[in-house]
Amino acid sequence: MLPPRLAQTLTAWLDERINLEEIREFVRHKVVPVHHHTVWYYFGGMTLFLFAIQVCTGILLLLYYRPSAEEAYESVQFIVTKVQFGWLIRSIHSWSANLMIATLMIHLFSVYFTRAYRKPRELTWVTGMLLFGIALFFGFSGYLLPWNTLAYFATKVGTDVAGQLPIVGHELTRILRGGEDVTGATLSRFYGIHVAILPLLMTGILGLHLFLVQKQGMSAPMELEQSGRPSRTMPFFPNFLLRDLVGWLTALAVLAGLAAYFPWELGTKADPFAPAPAGIRPEWYFMFMFQTLKYLPAKIGPIDGELIGVMGFNLGGLFLLLVPFLDGRTARGQRSPLFSWIGVGIVTYIVVLSVLGYVAPGGK
Amino acid sequence: MPWRWRLLLTSLLVAPVLFLVGGVEAQKLPEDNSCIQCHQGLGDPRVTPPAEKFAQDIHLAKGILCQNCHGGDPTSFDPQQAMSRAKGFIGKPTHQAIPTLCGKCHSDAVYMKKFDPTLRVDQVQEYYTSVHGKLLKKGDQKVATCISCHDVHRIRAIKDQQAWTYPAKVVDTCGRCHGDPKYMAGYNIPTDVVAQYKQSVHYEALTKKGDLSAPTCNICHGNHGATPPGVESVANVCGTCHSVPAELFAKSPHQKAFASMGLFPCVVCHSNHDVMKTSDGMVGTTDKAVCVNCHDPKSVGFKQAEMMRTSLDGLRESITRATAVLDQAEHAGMEISQARFELRGAADALLKARVAIHLVDPAAIQKLTDEGDKIATATRATGVKALEDLAFRHRGLWVSVGIILLVIVGLVLKIREMDRRR
Repeated sequence: MLPPRLAQTLTAWLDERINLEEIREFVRHKVVPVHHHTVWYYFGGMTLFLFAIQVCTGILLLLYYRPSAEEAYESVQFIVTKVQFGWLIRSIHSWSANLMIATLMIHLFSVYFTRAYRKPRELTWVTGMLLFGIALFFGFSGYLLPWNTLAYFATKVGTDVAGQLPIVGHELTRILRGGEDVTGATLSRFYGIHVAILPLLMTGILGLHLFLVQKQGMSAPMELEQSGRPSRTMPFFPNFLLRDLVGWLTALAVLAGLAAYFPWELGTKADPFAPAPAGIRPEWYFMFMFQTLKYLPAKIGPIDGELIGVMGFNLGGLFLLLVPFLDGRTARGQRSPLFSWIGVGIVTYIVVLSVLGYVAPGGK
Repeated sequence: MPWRWRLLLTSLLVAPVLFLVGGVEAQKLPEDNSCIQCHQGLGDPRVTPPAEKFAQDIHLAKGILCQNCHGGDPTSFDPQQAMSRAKGFIGKPTHQAIPTLCGKCHSDAVYMKKFDPTLRVDQVQEYYTSVHGKLLKKGDQKVATCISCHDVHRIRAIKDQQAWTYPAKVVDTCGRCHGDPKYMAGYNIPTDVVAQYKQSVHYEALTKKGDLSAPTCNICHGNHGATPPGVESVANVCGTCHSVPAELFAKSPHQKAFASMGLFPCVVCHSNHDVMKTSDGMVGTTDKAVCVNCHDPKSVGFKQAEMMRTSLDGLRESITRATAVLDQAEHAGMEISQARFELRGAADALLKARVAIHLVDPAAIQKLTDEGDKIATATRATGVKALEDLAFRHRGLWVSVGIILLVIVGLVLKIREMDRRR
């Protein structure tokens, strides 16, 4: 802690230049609505916390990671065996990535079902959806970086799926792979995307997302707003923030437990000339798509089954992106059961297909 | 594309290729050849089968027809003309005449070059150096000639999987005579060798693992120059493939000892036709060890056998212990692939020590096993360290979780206090 005199001098110096009183005023007046859905607010902060962990552990991993087909696997092996606490950093990076996607999904669907995307928060929703897309791409690109067998073949399958898109498919696969096949060029490319392009996009869009959240405050459920009753609130600082902190610390304890008891496996080094091993599958958050493509027949009428699947997922993503503009009833302040059922359908579909991906015959 | 579709597509692409290289399929028999047309039409079990079988013969594929071996005039459908002695018709060649008849073309380098410049042309010459050839010259009517092994009128290329001379089929080809006690009566050689060979590690490699380089009868005995290897040449025969053990054996005290006693090297310990998979149990002084067949408990050889076995057992156990620790660490999620890779060095040392048994030098073997033991001990230490690290992680985790829980409790109390104040 700074000595009181020095702290005062510093505060005065800053106050003179950036008018700290405005910030103090904002913090004093920032409140969080209290109602029976308040619990869902914590998942946004939890996602942000896990993202911060990703950034910190990612930077530490960067100090030792070498992005080439010849050295990537060995450098990760070095990190987890020779670097002090390297195993912990790598495991936490991998586990927090997965937990982050999970909390992000919970955050996304809680916002969907509480209709928090309605006017005036359409842009907050759109930026949130963009962040979700970026997070998925973070996961996809990071999965390849250890250059192990599972990651190599999963990336091959994943980029093949991108190739199913009409017109741009082939070019998109080439751009992603940096050539016709998954090679060292793909690794360099994914590395660049993972540590430079995506963080840049994430920082910009996350900044906008957080700015909008601060600017517009947190959304209260529609029924509460329409009831005309005075809504209960709690101060953001320190009441809500301390509660957030409890959640973050719990997440930290869970992460430490996962890292200590279930260290993230490294597997065997990728061999592009070896046949694909059995049981190739993507990360759990892509499993529902992977399983859907497995179930689709080769041809549906004159069209490729995989193409229909890929287009279906694209349309699904587009629907979610544009939902504030499609859900006219909610925008008019009316109940919108159709969109509730669509949401339930999407969640059920994702859960069932993901579970099938792990338990259905041939899924393991 | 789903893997099932890929598999199907690959099978569809590969199947025609396999079909093409698979061998000589039935070909169309020439309609203007009177030999084939008449013999086919006769329906006589004595003379019709050759014409029918010929459809699958490689000679037909190369344009070599009946008259090239049997003479005669295939353009004439008059039996008198077609089978006229004046037109070179020889009918069925005698048993003695077969090698010479085949050699007419197969020993003619200029002629054979037209078909395949890499083909050998010394088979007939070599045949007459064999036991078969020598007996044939003496007038033996039962001994094998070209057609006994290559079939007749349905001769296939040796690469053809249906050919009698295809590696996996050779033992049955030789066994038709050499496995038949009745047929071999009077030759005074054992006929259980075929059954013995079929128990061997060589036969297993050839037929179950599909390793076409695994030896069958002709690899050790020769094919055209088939002769049983003698005492002085057995080591050379085995050494063709097992070169390192053969070299070591040549430097060992066993070399002289076996030669002086007239014992077959290699065969004394490994047998010949029924060569079994080797094991460390073959070395040493237990009942199953081959050393005790010659060395009595008071001999130097007996003690050396015991020493060699102790070295092998020591390293093997060391590797087993290291593997167990590494397995345990790996199952707990620790990264030990480097240690596992290094442990291969110990396995290599064990392999080298096993091969070095042929030198019969306990000190040399111990040197190798000591090197391996050093590696195994080091990798085991890595595994133990990994397990210690794991225990440290678990302790560290509980300490961290304890601290985090204390902070959480403190925060919860603070939140309650603030809520009460509100």
